[in-house]
Amino acid sequence: MNSSIALSVEDLSFSYGDKKALSQVNFKIQPGECTVLLGPNGAGKSTLFSLITRLYDTRDGRIELCGFDIKRQTLPALAKLGVVFQQTTLDMDLSVMQNLRYHTSLHGMGRKQAEQRIQQELERLNMYDRRFERARQLNGGHRRRVEIARALLHKPSVLLLDEPTVGLDVPSRLAIVEYVHQLAAEENLAVLWASHLIDEIYPDDHLIVLHKGQVKANGTVDDVLKITNTLTIKDAFYSLTQGEQV
Amino acid sequence: MKLLHYWRAMWGIIWRELWRFVTQRERFISALVRPLVWLFVFAAGFRAALGLAITPPYETYILYEVYITPGLIGMIQLFNGMQSSLSMVYDREMGSMRILMVCPLPRWFLLLSKLLAGTGVSVLQVYVFLAIAWFYDIQAPWQGYLWILPALLLSGLMLGALGLLLSSFIKQLENFAGVMNFVIFPMFFMSTALYPLWKIKESSALLHNLAQYNPFSQAVELIRFALYGQFNSHAFIYTLVAFIVFMAAAIVGYNPSKGMMTRKGGA
Repeated sequence: MNSSIALSVEDLSFSYGDKKALSQVNFKIQPGECTVLLGPNGAGKSTLFSLITRLYDTRDGRIELCGFDIKRQTLPALAKLGVVFQQTTLDMDLSVMQNLRYHTSLHGMGRKQAEQRIQQELERLNMYDRRFERARQLNGGHRRRVEIARALLHKPSVLLLDEPTVGLDVPSRLAIVEYVHQLAAEENLAVLWASHLIDEIYPDDHLIVLHKGQVKANGTVDDVLKITNTLTIKDAFYSLTQGEQV
Repeated sequence: MKLLHYWRAMWGIIWRELWRFVTQRERFISALVRPLVWLFVFAAGFRAALGLAITPPYETYILYEVYITPGLIGMIQLFNGMQSSLSMVYDREMGSMRILMVCPLPRWFLLLSKLLAGTGVSVLQVYVFLAIAWFYDIQAPWQGYLWILPALLLSGLMLGALGLLLSSFIKQLENFAGVMNFVIFPMFFMSTALYPLWKIKESSALLHNLAQYNPFSQAVELIRFALYGQFNSHAFIYTLVAFIVFMAAAIVGYNPSKGMMTRKGGA
């Protein structure tokens, strides 16, 4: 067990029947590091997330969260994980507060601790004043903020975000990107951010390019540019995926 | 601490389900309208056509409305069980099921909590129905209203577990119409909800056998006896075993390594 690794994926493969979705995927994420998983639609990003969150069974390969094997030590591994799914997962008929309280109860938090954590996380995102509004009344950007707050309530060590900015306007998108980068640095949180948007990548980020279920590049932004002998991430991505659009 | 975690999570799931039910007024009303239409219209029309002999738990000749009431209670729970499974398919399509599935608790416990929450909702519906039936002169001994509670919990759990099992097979919301045609209607009509077993036997031996082994019949009989302060041990054991079998199969269905989830490509 190596505690300095927040998320470790080793020799991971997965198929839907005869169709290979992931093939021999390997990577590691350190605490405090923001890793962007870049890949076109159908690259295998959502499958990878479903395996890390144990919604699918890991048959070939191994996934560890903070040293816990997701298959054999599922519950302690999941306790270390915060997730923001691609689709919104808020209950639209409940208020922001009720949605967050539901999450804290699933994580076994007491009322007092829950209230305190909800206040902290919502205040950081300037959403505390809107805590009694129904989720349905919020716009897409604000719903996303609530979902990020919710994913952090139980103080996870690893935060997974599956294309969280899809469908948002530019200011909301940039605000969320900046907030998550800030979180990784300040809270020593390991972030895995699936995206197909190049402008969401910061120069200091770790970058994994996934294409047709295979890792095509894995390193810092500079490393990837060097390997591909290109000047921009867009060109690097283009060369790694043989011209496929991001 | 571990126990407290389980308790808080279970309460959170039950609370969410009850709150949703109470705030969704249309759902509340439609859950009541269905059995009330059967009671006020269907049963009233059938009263003259159907003669009922004295059979336990009844000690005198009864009106058809009285006979049909436990069957309608079963109907409320049957529909509620299926409605819960519908909401699980909906939750899965909408993604909120994922939030439940990634929390650090065993799946069997999360599914059982979901089931208890759904059963709690159906018990609420049944008591409101019984209150309305009281004013329609369908009145059981007062102890019956207490004895019926454990019976309702077991029958609700059994029918909910069946719904849960079905939801692990249903890929999309649209497929739910099939559940109506192939599960709800056959289960309800081939049971003792509308006619006693001996009456069914008079018309068809096959139907009689199907009704006899239908777990819904046993749940209805459990409720019928409990409402009159009596315990039907055969119906109790049958319903309990059916619950255990359906629940075990549903847990396998929702297990990522054994069940349907991987094959369907969704959770």
